[in-house]
Amino acid sequence: MIDYEKILNPTIQRLKPSGIRRFFDIANEMEDVISLSVGEPDFYTPWHIREEAIRTLEKGRTRYTPNRGLLKLREEISNYLYRHYEERYLPESEILVTVGGSEAIDLCMRALLCPGDEVLIPQPSFVCYVPLAQMTGGVPVILETRAENGFRLTAEELEKKITENTKLLVFPYPNNPTGAVMRREDLEAVAEVVKRHNLFVLSDEIYSTLTYGTEPHIMFSHLPGMRERTVVVNGFSKSHSMTGWRLGYAAGPREVIGQMTKLHQFAIMSAPTTSQYAAIEAMKNGDDDIRQMREQYDMRRRLIVDGLNSMGLSCFEPEGAFYAFPSVKSTGLTSAEFCERLIYSKHVAVVPGDAFGESGEGFVRISYSYSIKHITEALERIQAFLREL
Amino acid sequence: MERILELLQNDCALTPAQLAVLLGKTEEEIKKAIRQYEKDGVIKGYQALINWERTDAQRAQALIELRVSPQKDTGFDEIAGRVMNFPEVQSVYLMSGGYDLAVVVTGKTMSDIAMFVARRLAPIGGVLSTATHFILTKYKDGGVTFNSDYEEIDERGSNLGD
Repeated sequence: MIDYEKILNPTIQRLKPSGIRRFFDIANEMEDVISLSVGEPDFYTPWHIREEAIRTLEKGRTRYTPNRGLLKLREEISNYLYRHYEERYLPESEILVTVGGSEAIDLCMRALLCPGDEVLIPQPSFVCYVPLAQMTGGVPVILETRAENGFRLTAEELEKKITENTKLLVFPYPNNPTGAVMRREDLEAVAEVVKRHNLFVLSDEIYSTLTYGTEPHIMFSHLPGMRERTVVVNGFSKSHSMTGWRLGYAAGPREVIGQMTKLHQFAIMSAPTTSQYAAIEAMKNGDDDIRQMREQYDMRRRLIVDGLNSMGLSCFEPEGAFYAFPSVKSTGLTSAEFCERLIYSKHVAVVPGDAFGESGEGFVRISYSYSIKHITEALERIQAFLREL
Repeated sequence: MERILELLQNDCALTPAQLAVLLGKTEEEIKKAIRQYEKDGVIKGYQALINWERTDAQRAQALIELRVSPQKDTGFDEIAGRVMNFPEVQSVYLMSGGYDLAVVVTGKTMSDIAMFVARRLAPIGGVLSTATHFILTKYKDGGVTFNSDYEEIDERGSNLGD
C-alpha cells in the first residue's frame, strides 16, 4: 500500500487550508442565508465585453496565443496603465498576461525567491501570499498592520523586520480584507526604505480601480526609483467584473518578466484565448464600466460603514476594494465565535478576520459587493443579532 | 443630485435617510431635493413593478399602433390627449417611423382590448388606422428581468473567490 504521506511533498502537506472554507460550508447547508462573505463583484461582465468574446468564438479564434498573451492585448494593457497611472510598459517585453492575478503572484515569487529568502507580507491580507512564498522555500515574515494606522504599512514597521536575508516585499494595496489604501506620503516613505535596503516589491494592485477617497490610486512602480524593482500585478476580475474569465497580468522589468514568462510557458502555455479577446475590449472600451461600478460600490460602502458604526461595531473607513473590516471586540467574542453565532442565529455569513492573518483577530470582513437591498437586510439582521447578545 | 433620480428609479422604496447615507448627504438635503423634483414634475410618481403573470389576476395587455393625421396648429397633441384620457390606456408615446402613436392598453382579456380599440380608439377623428399587438409575455420590464429562465442567480461563493 502506498504511504501517501511519504510520497507527498512535506512542504505542500504542511500548508494550511484557508479558514474561510468552513463558513462557506455552513452557509451552503442553510436556507435563506444572507451572505456578505464573497470576494467577487456581483455585477455581470459588461455585455459589450461578453459580446466581443462571443464574436471571436464565432470567428473560430480558439487557438493558443503567444506565451506572453496576444500582442494586441499587451498593447492595450500598456495604454491602459499609461492612461490611468502614467507609467509606460513595453508590450513586447515588460507585460505578461496570466491566468488571473494569482498566477502572476505565484510566478513572481517563484522567479525571485530562493530557499531561505525572507518575504515581507503585511497582514491582514489575501490568503495566498504566505503559502505561495512557502512553496518556493521562502520564509514569510509577517508585518502586522493596525486599525489605528488605517491598516496602512508604515515605514518604521517595515524597517524593523528587514534582515540581511530579506529579498521581497509583498505590497497588497488597496487591501483585501481591510479596505485600506496607501497615501502618497506613506508610499514615498515605504519606497525610501525599499530602496535603501535594496528590496524587490511585488505590488498586488488588483483592486486599483476601486478607491473612493479624493486621491487616485498610485501605481507603486510609478514612485521615484521603484520601476526597476517592482512587479505590478493587476487583472480584470475586480475592475471589469471578469472573475471567471481567469485573466490577469504582470508588468515589470523585462529581466523579471522574462523569467516569469518561462515558468508560465512551461506550466500554462498561454492564458485562455477567448478571455484575452474579451480583455482587449475591456481595456479599450471599459473605462466607463469601471466608473459606473465604482460609483455603485461607493454608495454601498457608505451604507455599510454607516450601518455598522451606528450599531456599535466600530468600523474604520475603508477607502478601497469592496470590504469593510469592523472590529467586533466590543461584543467580547472572538472573530470566529462572532461569525459562527451570527450565521447560526441570523443566517448572515461574514468572514472572520483571522482568516487573513493573526492580526485580523477581533475583526470580521464584510463584503459590500451586494445589492443595496441585500445589504440593508443583512444589516438589519446583524443589528438584531447584536441586541440579543 | 441627479443620482437621487437614478436610485429612486431603481428602487423607490429607499427612504430619505437611506438615500442620505448612500449619497453622503444629509437627510434634509435629500428631502428638499425630492420635494423640488416633485414640484418641478420631474418625479411623477412611485410605483411598484409587478409581474402580473405570477399572480392569478386576469389581465391582458397590448401595444396599439395608431396612424393619425396631425391637426393644424396642435399637431399630434390633441389626438394624444384624447387617447390618454381612457383609463384603459397605460401609456402613449409619439413615435418616429412607420406609425405615429404607440398606445399601451390594459384590459381583463384580449377581447376586451380588441373591443376597446374598435369602439373607442378607431372612431376618434383623425385616426387613420390601428394595429393591435398583444403582449404575450414580458421578458424584461422597467429594466428588470421578469422571465425566470433569465433571472439573476447569485452563484458566487463556491470558493475563496478573492
